[in-house]
Amino acid sequence: MSLLVIKDLKASVAGKPILKGVTLTVETGSVHAIMGPNGSGKSTLAQVLAGNPAYEVTSGSVSYNGRDLLAMPPEERAQAGIFMAFQYPVEIPGVSNAYFLRAAYNEVRKARGEDEVDPLEFADLMDEKLELVDMDSSMLNRSVNTGFSGGEKKRNEILQMAVLEPKLGILDETDSGLDIDALRIVANGVNKLKRPNNATIVVTHYQRLLNYIVPDFVHVLVSGRIAKSGGKELALELEEKGYDWVTELAGASAS
Amino acid sequence: MVADAYAAAFDVISGDVGVPAAVRALRRAAFDRFSALGFPTPKNEDWHYTSVAPIADQEFALLASRTGDIGRDDLAPFSFGVGAGDWHTIVFVNGRFAPELSDLRKLPAGVEVTDLATAWSAPDVAERIGSLASHESHAFTALNAAFAQDGAVVRIARNVEVGRPIHLLFVTDAAAARAMMHPRNLIIVERHATATVIETYASATDSTYFTNAVTEVTLGDGSSLRHYKIQREASRAYHVGTIEVEQARDSHYVSFSLATGAELSRTNVYTTLDGEGSGATLNGLYMLDGEQHCDHQTQIIHAQPNTFSRELYKGILDGRSHGVFNGKVYVRPIAQKTDGKQTNNTLLLSDTAHVDTKPQLEIFADDVKCTHGATVGQIDQAALFYLKSRGIANALARRLLTYAFAADVLETIEVDAVREGLERTTLERFV
Repeated sequence: MSLLVIKDLKASVAGKPILKGVTLTVETGSVHAIMGPNGSGKSTLAQVLAGNPAYEVTSGSVSYNGRDLLAMPPEERAQAGIFMAFQYPVEIPGVSNAYFLRAAYNEVRKARGEDEVDPLEFADLMDEKLELVDMDSSMLNRSVNTGFSGGEKKRNEILQMAVLEPKLGILDETDSGLDIDALRIVANGVNKLKRPNNATIVVTHYQRLLNYIVPDFVHVLVSGRIAKSGGKELALELEEKGYDWVTELAGASAS
Repeated sequence: MVADAYAAAFDVISGDVGVPAAVRALRRAAFDRFSALGFPTPKNEDWHYTSVAPIADQEFALLASRTGDIGRDDLAPFSFGVGAGDWHTIVFVNGRFAPELSDLRKLPAGVEVTDLATAWSAPDVAERIGSLASHESHAFTALNAAFAQDGAVVRIARNVEVGRPIHLLFVTDAAAARAMMHPRNLIIVERHATATVIETYASATDSTYFTNAVTEVTLGDGSSLRHYKIQREASRAYHVGTIEVEQARDSHYVSFSLATGAELSRTNVYTTLDGEGSGATLNGLYMLDGEQHCDHQTQIIHAQPNTFSRELYKGILDGRSHGVFNGKVYVRPIAQKTDGKQTNNTLLLSDTAHVDTKPQLEIFADDVKCTHGATVGQIDQAALFYLKSRGIANALARRLLTYAFAADVLETIEVDAVREGLERTTLERFV
């Protein structure tokens, strides 16, 4: 069935329209890549799906698992299985990564009607998850993202995703600023989390990431609309011809 | 009239003939000074943001003898989870020494912890009272000197390093209702000695009472003292606490002031860096709610060259509470190479909470490094969304961020039991 159905979605930031009618359907078991030039609205789409209150939805609808996603506060979306890996993960001095992860894990479990886990049980779970993103357990004792390198922050995002096991993972430019080794680790983590009953949306500016996370569908966002959709070969074509090519296509179709 | 009530109380206490002549003379001089000064009004620059009318307009009785019915179990909430015998503890109930609750059996050689009402028979103790905390200009210090009946005297001899913390625990119970207590403490850390003193003001009651404490601290050459003041008075109590410190060469004074109790409280921490290479670290945290008013005034006098000070005070204000921070740093002309840093951060959890923050630097030397900064803010929206996007409910996310704000300064507490105890207190309050 369709996990996510976005219909004619329009959204603004600080009164400025960014998304101007996005329509997209994501089935379980699939990987969708959203590409596009700077300012095209890629990150806005990710933020709107995660429920960031700084973004205002002006019209359109989003149905997730048959529910009205836009009516749900961000924590309920997360509890229902939506996870966005942040482009710029937030530093939270004073809250340990371990405490944060366990709190999040237990909130999600509670929402599913499952028992909360105690710190010892959680530590066992973490050993397995840390391996997935090649992280040392000392990272758990540090404050959330505080003083982390760019690569560590992104790996920490994937670690959270591994712990929460979302139905819909949204990677918001997770590859930006990563060297090739960090990129491989992050992509490897994402691939290992892939299941027949979940789906992933990969938002990226570059084709490079898609060598490691192979998409089933590629959509090119230009000026707040999907200008072109295709298979993974579209990403390669974009890499070769550049974004000007689709920008012109979008211009031609609009006129 | 309230003034008559103080005069009547003074007539009683001044007739107490069991007290050494030097103390009686000090009481008389201090009471005369208090009568002349009166309670401070907001016209007094040091009390601009804090009205003491709730204290000044009420009559509080002086308790003539030992009162109270406190057992060891009642002290558990204020003991930071440490077992009997782990710390050296001197307990005062409603202002009076309670030997049966105190635990001073394991004091090492060179460490004295005694109650003032016993210790002041020694001339050198009587002389020290008021030698640092003068009653000349501070009305509450004068009031304390006039009415002090007990307190703790802590003396650490040269070169002695005291491993276990020394806990001065002042606790009140229902018998303290409508009463006033004026604890007076002396802490003397001699040359190259090291100690940790925790000064707790707490209550097993919800009565209205008035605590007015003064602690004088003398630090010898190369000595160091960690001094944690924990103010957890009853919610309808009034608390004024003054700490005055004098530091000799290469000494280090580390202070932490926690304030969560009392309807109206004022804490003064004053230190004079009177020897080269000496330094002070003054940190604090106040967490207020309801109608609470909490004022901290700190004063650091850099009186010699190459002295340093570090100061971080944080406030978390909810409800209609009012927090005040006034941090004074004076650098005397001789105090070249002074290195000072002061920070005050406030987190406002409600639209009706109120903060007044006033950093005050007066620098009369030309080769110094001094900075100060103050921030007032609300919960960070980006961090809040981040937590919520991981499934953490709004209320818990807000509490976690509030805890995190406090944890940053609690981390500076070097005694594990105290730090963990206060972290627990904070977590329970907000999570």
